[in-house]
Amino acid sequence: MHEMSLAQGVVRIVAEQAVAQHFTAVKTVWLELGALSHVEPEALAFCFDVVARDTVAEGARLEILRTPGQGWCMACAQAIPVATRLDPCPRCGGYQVQVTAGDAMRVKELEVV
Amino acid sequence: MCTTCGCGNPDGPPGGLHHGDAGRDHHSHDHGHTHEHEAETRRIAVEQAILAKNDAYAANNRALLGERAILALNLVSSPGSGKTTLLVRTIAALGDAVAIAVIEGDQQTSQDADRIRATGVPAVQINTGKGCHLDAHMVGHAIEQLFSEAATDADLPGSSGRVLGRAPQRTTRTPASPGLRAGPNLPAPTRPPPPGWSGAVPLENGILFVENVGNLVCPAPFDLGEAHKVVILSVTEGEDKPLKYPDMFAAADLMVVNKVDLLPYVEFDVARCVAYARRCNHAIEVLQLSATTGAGMDGWLAWLARERRTVLAAHKAALQDKLSTLDAELG
Repeated sequence: MHEMSLAQGVVRIVAEQAVAQHFTAVKTVWLELGALSHVEPEALAFCFDVVARDTVAEGARLEILRTPGQGWCMACAQAIPVATRLDPCPRCGGYQVQVTAGDAMRVKELEVV
Repeated sequence: MCTTCGCGNPDGPPGGLHHGDAGRDHHSHDHGHTHEHEAETRRIAVEQAILAKNDAYAANNRALLGERAILALNLVSSPGSGKTTLLVRTIAALGDAVAIAVIEGDQQTSQDADRIRATGVPAVQINTGKGCHLDAHMVGHAIEQLFSEAATDADLPGSSGRVLGRAPQRTTRTPASPGLRAGPNLPAPTRPPPPGWSGAVPLENGILFVENVGNLVCPAPFDLGEAHKVVILSVTEGEDKPLKYPDMFAAADLMVVNKVDLLPYVEFDVARCVAYARRCNHAIEVLQLSATTGAGMDGWLAWLARERRTVLAAHKAALQDKLSTLDAELG
């Protein structure tokens, strides 16, 4: 359950922002979780509610933005969409695919009071 | 129209806030009614990676290891794949030729570290408690401990003068279990000179093996400052593990197929396993061996030697750069 550590990472970032940006409550946290990132969004949301208790992030709503995976097929020398790590290139059916985007896990934005 | 809540807007108020909703700010309007508003909110752009903190600790570890030209490998696998057995045999095979140290990650017990120490190689056990993976902060503290213990060793009477390596006296020591845990409030790691610092550089030009918690899921996204993740898969586990846990096989640079001595007794198609691994990571290298019988160990030792040379060559290049700078300064 590494989502617990990731949730702690989110709360840590929110707490640091609270000091730097002078706010006392958070209404919404927007997270970007790429389709190829190492995280289960539902597990992260569950852990976030637990970890956020008694912190400035308590009660915040988590909005998760899923970004699509992208890759580069070395055989076709083409950019291709990648839904999972196991997907072949949709053009040639090969697996010479390098993931180029869609594995990010980021705190994008906060709505604060 | 009220610009705060949008009342009077034919499309309705933004954000679904409506008259009578609970709010904190009560005020009157010039359009003939009163109602409550939410306290004013503002948006803050953050754009920070969730693992930024871990990655900063990892960069710190990488710098510490780089300064000493240490090859660091993060060994990941499911429980029972034979990581510790592989390490014990590797230490025996390398003998005194290379300085070695090991960081062991387990939820509980120091049994694995004890097995490593029995070979005479320094080992630090990290117990993660309920944690399912090592993070770069825990490993940073373990590296500090290794470096300081090694420096202390160099000062011991009767010491061979080797800073790290096969030091039989270490087997009698009581292992220190740091019992580190991940948490949001841990202080930043500090790097003071270790007690008993003799000026010697511990583990210089050597290899640091980090044996992660047995788990094919959670350690995948955590950079510890290693040069490579090495995933170990034993033939008793099934050839479809790369399909079931693709993130880990995508994160690793080398797959070691272990326990190949058992291939006659289990249904495990090595070629199919390799094909599956290369579906999620076309560049992954593959080695087959048996840590128990020693079959295939040559390939593993050759891989270690190659990676160590890469680290040493990079270190040499950095030192040559420094020398050139000094030469230029001296004219």
